[in-house]
Amino acid sequence: MENRAIFSGKLLAFLLAAPQLAVSLIFFYWPAAQALWQSFLVQDAFGLSTEFVWFENYAALLKTPEYYQAIGVTFVFSILVVAFSLAIGLLLAVMANRNIAGVQIYRTFLIIPYAVAPAVASVLFIFMFQPGLGMIARTLQRGGIDWNPVLNGTHAMILVVIVAVWNQISYNFLFFLAGLQSIPKTVIEAAAIDGARPMRRFWTIIFPLLSPTTFFLIIVNITYVFFNTLGIIDTATGGGPNGATQTLVYKVFQDGRVGADLGGSAAQSVILMIIVVVLTAFQFRYVEKKVHY
Amino acid sequence: MAYRGFGAAAAGVVTLAFAASPASAVTEIQWWHAMTGPNNDVVVKLANDFNASQSDYKIVPTFKGSYADTLNAGIAAFRAGNAPGIMQVFEVGTATMMSAKGAIKPVFELMKEQGEKFDPQSYLPAITGYYSTSKGDMLSFPFNSSSMVMWVNLDALKQAGVAEPPKTWPEVFADAKKLHATHPTCGFSSSWITWGLIEQFSAWHNVPIGTKANGLDGFDTVLEFNTPLETKLLENLVELQKDKSYDYSGRTNTGEGRFTSGECPLYMTSSAFYPNVKANAKFAYTAVPMPYFPDVAGAPQNSIIGGASLWVMAGKSADEYKGIAKFFTFLSDTDRQVYLHEVSGYLPITKAAYEKTKESGFYDKNPILEVPLKELTNKPPTENSRGLRFGSMVQMRDVWSEEIEAALAGKKSAKDALDAAVSRGNQMLRQFERTAVK
Repeated sequence: MENRAIFSGKLLAFLLAAPQLAVSLIFFYWPAAQALWQSFLVQDAFGLSTEFVWFENYAALLKTPEYYQAIGVTFVFSILVVAFSLAIGLLLAVMANRNIAGVQIYRTFLIIPYAVAPAVASVLFIFMFQPGLGMIARTLQRGGIDWNPVLNGTHAMILVVIVAVWNQISYNFLFFLAGLQSIPKTVIEAAAIDGARPMRRFWTIIFPLLSPTTFFLIIVNITYVFFNTLGIIDTATGGGPNGATQTLVYKVFQDGRVGADLGGSAAQSVILMIIVVVLTAFQFRYVEKKVHY
Repeated sequence: MAYRGFGAAAAGVVTLAFAASPASAVTEIQWWHAMTGPNNDVVVKLANDFNASQSDYKIVPTFKGSYADTLNAGIAAFRAGNAPGIMQVFEVGTATMMSAKGAIKPVFELMKEQGEKFDPQSYLPAITGYYSTSKGDMLSFPFNSSSMVMWVNLDALKQAGVAEPPKTWPEVFADAKKLHATHPTCGFSSSWITWGLIEQFSAWHNVPIGTKANGLDGFDTVLEFNTPLETKLLENLVELQKDKSYDYSGRTNTGEGRFTSGECPLYMTSSAFYPNVKANAKFAYTAVPMPYFPDVAGAPQNSIIGGASLWVMAGKSADEYKGIAKFFTFLSDTDRQVYLHEVSGYLPITKAAYEKTKESGFYDKNPILEVPLKELTNKPPTENSRGLRFGSMVQMRDVWSEEIEAALAGKKSAKDALDAAVSRGNQMLRQFERTAVK
């Protein structure tokens, strides 16, 4: 209460917040507003002819079966990537959190993949999984599996999921490790003295205490899968075969950048924006209640 | 969308900063291109040679990434008011560029205004036709052109007991089956699936891809490549795909390594693949013209090109236009064209350059380089084989590929896939027609 007296005017508070507000306005709200405006327009690539069409772009979009396919693909892709990258990240973090020789080296190596750009990671995996050329592809083929991501949609999906998961594990590992280290040793030791075995200690003590980290990571990972996997998909499969790996964000990119249909693309990004906002709001509203801080 | 404008503005500032540095009377002309590796060296050498040949103009080449990246960078720069003077655009971007009246300056107009000697008849019609109006007015200047050929691994053919490279599609199908015994993962394959199986295939058989002379006569063109002929081709490939006598290699040229590694003994792709084959193939090889169906009257007709051309952007100063016109005259020089052809493997664009290369005996030593030229000049182009001009062509190729993939994966019949490719393509054409500047 006394503190408030020092900053009597609202002006200083506003001035202090202004840089951050300016950044938000210029880099978040302005582009978002532009996208919204663009989604009501039909325009040629060079911006030479513009027509205002209200919701026509949205109506056209909702009539294309490929759009619904992209929604389905996005959800399958997101669930697989988020589940695997969180599970593997957590497993590795638990392993690296023990007192073993050379633990620092393990930790460093586990973090390094995060420094690899998604598109580069994609190229590395293409080398390994390219039918006829790649090491892993040849091994699979010798093992009698007809590995063919250029024509088999399921194989293509497996390929992009592997790359996306591989790329994200380090990030999750890092946060889980930090989360694990902040859990007081005394709690775990007390449980051990009470006779709880490692598995039980993990599920009843460590996992619930990790829940803020897990919750944070779920949100971040969903955002990652929805937006940042574009480079991976573009390099690995180009959305193919037959749209099997075409996610919503990749379709935005395809229609806007490759197809130069800015209106349709903007309409898609507005819908995508709404989906992510709703998902995040839903998680904060319902899932967060299960989080113990 | 706003990010793009911002990026373009930033790029514009950088360009300006560079352009402003030498404070002299030299007119600088920005040339944005998409050439990598040895072809990038060729671009730089051309610019240097031109700059050294006179002192009034300076061509400044800038690499802008892939073809699609370069086109997008140009579009964004135009929207931000900072378009380059010359922009290299790939062949499928032609409709996008020519529809943008007010953004581009047609080459024939430029040459006339600047009083440069310019005779459209001196260029190879199969090449310039792709970049001209139906009346023959050249809109952009052809830079690097290639065509599609069938690459053949002669050692593999011998091993499988195939006497000579196939000439017709039925021979290709039969040979692919024979090759399957020795090459179980791939008898025959192809890159640039839609360029080969739809675009080139139609021109080579003198059948239309779409109405209005494949779109050259107007944006109200309608696709019509879902006829029994195309269906027959795709059905055969679907059948061969089942045991990998034919094996799909993706939409672009990422699968080309399957030929040089020896995996696929028959491989249809660009003639520009030559330097790569020469460097990497460890077997006897050759290139032959694309196969055709002998029961189609008049086949083979002539092939069409792929590659890119140089577009001149609108709104530049008179000095810049003068310099660009002089640069195009410089590029058309016969000796320069001969040199470019022999160094890069891309095709010469003038008749004189082709004749001169022929006379020099170059093709006796490099017969493969003449195959695409023989295809292109096989017969005088008809309205089905002059080229094609469809809006949104870049993305349309992806849509067509998706449907071909669905057929090859056995999810749709060949006929259904082609019908879907045509109807989805037509939707895109109507959308494009609507936004095109009339």
